[in-house]
Amino acid sequence: MTEKIIVFDKVNKWYGNNFHVLRDIDLEVGQGERIVICGPSGSGKSTLIRCINRLEVHQEGRIVVDGVELSDDLKAIERIRREVGMVFQQFNLFPHLTVLENLTLAPMWVGKTPKKEAEERAMHQLQRVRIAEQAGKYPLQLSGGQQQRVAIARALCLTPKIMLFDEPTSALDPEMIKEVLDVMIELAGQGMTMLCVTHEMGFAKAVANRVIFMDEGQIVEQNSPDEFFENPQSDRTKDFLSKILGH
Amino acid sequence: MSAVFKSIAPRPAPVRTEGFVPWVRANLFGDWKSIATTLIILGLAFAYVPGIVSWGAVNAVFKPDADVCQAARGTGACWGVVTEKYRLIIFGRYPYEAQWRPEVATILLLALLIASCIRAFWRPSLVLLWALVIPAFFVLMGGGMLGLEAVSTDQWGGLPLTIMLATFGIVLAFPLSVVVALGRRSELPAIRSLCVVYVELIRGVPLISVLFMASFMFPLFMPVGKSPDVLIRVLVGITLFAAAYLAETVRGGLQAIPKGQIEAAQSLGLSYWQTQRKIVLPQALAMVVPGIMNNFIAIFKDTSLVTIVSLYELTGALSLALNSDADWRPFKIEGYLFITLIYFTFCFSMSRYSLWIEKRVSVSKTR
Repeated sequence: MTEKIIVFDKVNKWYGNNFHVLRDIDLEVGQGERIVICGPSGSGKSTLIRCINRLEVHQEGRIVVDGVELSDDLKAIERIRREVGMVFQQFNLFPHLTVLENLTLAPMWVGKTPKKEAEERAMHQLQRVRIAEQAGKYPLQLSGGQQQRVAIARALCLTPKIMLFDEPTSALDPEMIKEVLDVMIELAGQGMTMLCVTHEMGFAKAVANRVIFMDEGQIVEQNSPDEFFENPQSDRTKDFLSKILGH
Repeated sequence: MSAVFKSIAPRPAPVRTEGFVPWVRANLFGDWKSIATTLIILGLAFAYVPGIVSWGAVNAVFKPDADVCQAARGTGACWGVVTEKYRLIIFGRYPYEAQWRPEVATILLLALLIASCIRAFWRPSLVLLWALVIPAFFVLMGGGMLGLEAVSTDQWGGLPLTIMLATFGIVLAFPLSVVVALGRRSELPAIRSLCVVYVELIRGVPLISVLFMASFMFPLFMPVGKSPDVLIRVLVGITLFAAAYLAETVRGGLQAIPKGQIEAAQSLGLSYWQTQRKIVLPQALAMVVPGIMNNFIAIFKDTSLVTIVSLYELTGALSLALNSDADWRPFKIEGYLFITLIYFTFCFSMSRYSLWIEKRVSVSKTR
């Protein structure tokens, strides 16, 4: 595999004193890799990817992102966040700003890009997610699928090296899931490093290099999608797959 | 064989629901409770409105003649008291010949405030306008330069003082309250405790005691002759008091912002202050516009309490004008109605403005 862009080394995290949410996580992600993380709710999969841009703080072990180790150093965190785009389950668009303003905010304030250039780049990203005609609208005037595509475009505006997706289609109506997945598949085709928490197994089969199954804060099993679905190793994985694929 | 989906064309409603007559029917005579209430209100209006009109207008005396007023007592209002005393009510103890100065100063200040409320003026040059008008206000009021005779602050009074205290109270308390509200949610325990102590301490005492402290106690702790002007001390007192209440209103808005908004801003690399300024505060403040305006209106009216530390703002100036004059003292009610009208004009404008702001900030919420 190529250069390692994310490294988890014996990472542990607790919520409060007793809830051990991540247990001895070891994980290496190569540049351009596309990883799908699945598992039952409460298994720590969201927490895992939220540790990468330090929305969650781990207590033990090391996390190195793009050569920078995560610590309390705010400057390092801000640098990493510029390299890591994130898409949330609830979109989290800024409702008081127009679509275009949502996209230009970070480039202008974080990247110090002049307004005109930021807007040109934003329009380019909106075209990429096929929603350029909505640039002047406010987020709440859009459908869920449109909002999530705007959120993807917003994350792309800082030209990140890594994209994190935290259940990007879980809050969407069934009719809108496809339009978001299509954008993500396109992105995967362009060589972006992606970590995606999702239960869209079709998506996993289509784009992932590797599927990771988590339970109780641990990585139970990881494998290529074909192997993972055809030939799961652990009982826990088999049980999970039978539940989500069984109907 | 599959059925063909056929869309049903929209039709207008069968009964008219918009317009004056349907409105009256629905809201005033909808059911027996509405009918009864409407009739009672109409009855009360017929019983009292004619009396009020005859006292306030038909039998009222408008001439500044105390004898005529005395004769009309009980049957008609004596608006003559306003005609006679309005300069004293509006300008307080400010030297009579120099009263054009507070007049011009107040008009300037009001013009500045109105301009600041209008969208077309919201550009960087507005700051310059403030930087020009505020010193001009104090030069005109205080004098002592440009050939204007010096007028000490204890002679300032009436409406100019009310407007000045309210304006500076609001303009200074608002940013302070935002800082305190953010501080109460800070992750740093020292800052958080400091803000909690400040808010709870101030909210635990009435404004009157804050004003007493500022006016009478504070100078005791200062070297003789070194204490700042009483007006400044009182202004600081009002600001600190108002900011504590405002801070809680603002904090209410801050708490209503979903965590996801902050996480999204963080994930984009925005710093703490950028997140607060660009994401959290615009939404939080928009949410609590009615509460903030509530506080602003309260500040405006609370300025009337400075009378107790011998600053004669509008309410104080009215007492000053009437208490010293036995001929006119009986017509206090008319005097109070006059300043009521002034207070109402300001407070009502503020509340209408707040509605306009609410409409503006809700643009993004309409689907």
